[in-house]
Amino acid sequence: MAASILRRSLLIPRCRAGDVAALHSGPSRRRAQAPEPIASGRRAGNCPAGERGVAPWVAVVGLEIHAQISSNSKLFSGSQVQFAAPPNSLVSFFDASLPGTLPALNRRCVEAAVMTGLALNCSINKKSLFDRKHYFYADLPAGYQITQQRLPVAVNGSLSYSLCVGGKKNQMVTRTVRIKQIQLEQDSGKSLHDDIRSQTLIDLNRAGVGLMEVVMEPDMSSGEEAAAAVRELQLILQTLGSSQAIMAEGQLRVDANVSVHHPGEAYGVRTEVKNINSARFLARAIDYEIQRQIKELENGGTVMNETRAFDYKLGCTIPMRDKEGKQDYRFMPEPNLPPLILYDTKSLPANTNHQQVVNIDWIRERLPDLPSVRRVKLVEQYGILPEHSFTLLNEDGLMEFFENVVRQTQMNPKKVIGWILNDMLGYLKQYNLKVKESPVSSLFLADLLNLLERGTISSSAANQVLEELWKGEGKTPLQIVKEKKLGLIQDQQELEQICQAVMEGHQEEVMEIKKGNQKVLNKLIGLVQRTTRGRADPVLVKQILEKRLSQ
Amino acid sequence: MRKSGGGRMWSLRFGRSIRGAPSGGASHWGGLSPGSRFTQAAAGGSDGRQEAAGDPRRRGRVYQNPTWQHVEQRPLPEKKVTVEVLDHLERLALVDFRNWEGVQRLEKAIQFADQLHAVNTEGVEPMDSVLEDRCLYLREDNITEGNCTEELLRNARETVEEYFIAPPGNIPLPKLEERDTFLQVSE
Repeated sequence: MAASILRRSLLIPRCRAGDVAALHSGPSRRRAQAPEPIASGRRAGNCPAGERGVAPWVAVVGLEIHAQISSNSKLFSGSQVQFAAPPNSLVSFFDASLPGTLPALNRRCVEAAVMTGLALNCSINKKSLFDRKHYFYADLPAGYQITQQRLPVAVNGSLSYSLCVGGKKNQMVTRTVRIKQIQLEQDSGKSLHDDIRSQTLIDLNRAGVGLMEVVMEPDMSSGEEAAAAVRELQLILQTLGSSQAIMAEGQLRVDANVSVHHPGEAYGVRTEVKNINSARFLARAIDYEIQRQIKELENGGTVMNETRAFDYKLGCTIPMRDKEGKQDYRFMPEPNLPPLILYDTKSLPANTNHQQVVNIDWIRERLPDLPSVRRVKLVEQYGILPEHSFTLLNEDGLMEFFENVVRQTQMNPKKVIGWILNDMLGYLKQYNLKVKESPVSSLFLADLLNLLERGTISSSAANQVLEELWKGEGKTPLQIVKEKKLGLIQDQQELEQICQAVMEGHQEEVMEIKKGNQKVLNKLIGLVQRTTRGRADPVLVKQILEKRLSQ
Repeated sequence: MRKSGGGRMWSLRFGRSIRGAPSGGASHWGGLSPGSRFTQAAAGGSDGRQEAAGDPRRRGRVYQNPTWQHVEQRPLPEKKVTVEVLDHLERLALVDFRNWEGVQRLEKAIQFADQLHAVNTEGVEPMDSVLEDRCLYLREDNITEGNCTEELLRNARETVEEYFIAPPGNIPLPKLEERDTFLQVSE
């Protein structure tokens, strides 16, 4: 049954038989880390005690993230990197592993890896080595993958991410996860499974594309934390430009290693969860796997060290066929590549060809502002709350939109942010559009807010105008206001006439107010507003009514 | 490699004989080592060779004293390869050992390589590549290859609409008991 579910979609990548991560070698290594303090922020007992009074469970989640490097050509060959292209058209002889071909390292990929390492506070290894990782699979024509296992480009970094905690999810906390290493490696081709004819179709367009593998230490304890960390990493990569990190296009692939144990005891057996296609599914997959392991252990069973695939339609993880057991990758140094030497300004030898040298300090000087820095700047510059800046950066293009509006309007940024985060974002979600696809430009919104600020319309009228703008008919806010006659009536005489009419039509209420019941005044104001369809200035209306009633 | 008697590793005896009379040990190595040439030279046999040996130019390039040391070779235990290991190797590397002779050859090869253990490598930095003093060439990020779909597909026996065809997954080797080629000629 499990196998047929796997086969339903042609595009689920089949796991390499027994593709167990070689870096985390199972429970034995974990035990050595067990006495580590929970200073990194893991909450013990986030899975509270069950009804039977079982001790609380703590989950341990470690991530391995593969990010496709954004470059023109592949890591070791000169063929193009492109997402959708005719099958096998972007393949060179080296990618197809024809005999006699040799790898030639792409400088841009090295720079991307160094940039990412610096952004994640890693120490960059000035000398790093390439290795071969051997396993057999149809989409790996060479039979091995060139990676960096012994000495990767960057080691020992950290990634800080924020998430909302608390019952109402309104408290923002910052957590850190340690980065074990970042390494350069080759991507494999794509295999499409054709179960009807019992064959696999191989497309090597993706074979040889440069990947950065970011290995995180198992410092996280829930799906939510993992999703927040991945989202932050995605933002960092996109800001640096080293990867576009679009999970839907497979440019960012996440594998999660999940295990549970009681606090104070040794770590449990971990399973690896693969085939996660979006950040949302990542949280669900990890949470499901945690619950599954807890249930299994509480029922007296054991957790097997296996690889499981996440089925997003069913929302559960299923074991992948693992006939070959633990893989022996037979790592060996790549004989065709000398060590990769990186320099900084101190170690840079004189008279070097700039093209042949990657200078770490040069790259560090040119690093753009990371998301965390941009958030702080937003808060300082505009006076908005940290949660707001978080949401602004989280949505692609929203921050630029906000800044454009603020620039073109007189309204206080603290009020503008409300319109952006509540109204605009609400409409974007409703119509399922990205910011750059929005029919309401920053100019239109700025015009609307100016009208509101000047008192030409009331805020409820502004809402109506915005709704009209979102229909995307291209009319300016001023046009809509004129068409629908939404302008605030500020003409004293007109207002007095309306108030008079309302008062005459509701003599009972007038009597009540004259007796002293002031609350009924609000009802009259409401009636006036209804008559004018929300276009009466409430302050003026109240003044007029009070004046009249006291006569 | 020649097995020398007495369990000694073969070593060059450069220049040893220049100092003194040819040692009786020279005959051990027959015509193999260059030391024997020098032995003959010292005995005054060949023409000009003696001068060549004492030639100051030559002396500069060639070590006068041996840079090798005799290493007492401890007799290493004979390594036996178990059936489980053979099965594992066949799975990993898809080689076929076929019969016990192949296995014996494997054992001999292991023994040969094990001689390396006799070398003292304390404090020596391991060399990982003969290219370690070369510069790794960094290529510019330009598109220079690709678009040879037809040529590549010509190599494949079966193709479908510009895709290569492969079996549905890794076809695992049958279990040890079911394999008929494993160690055909058994003991």
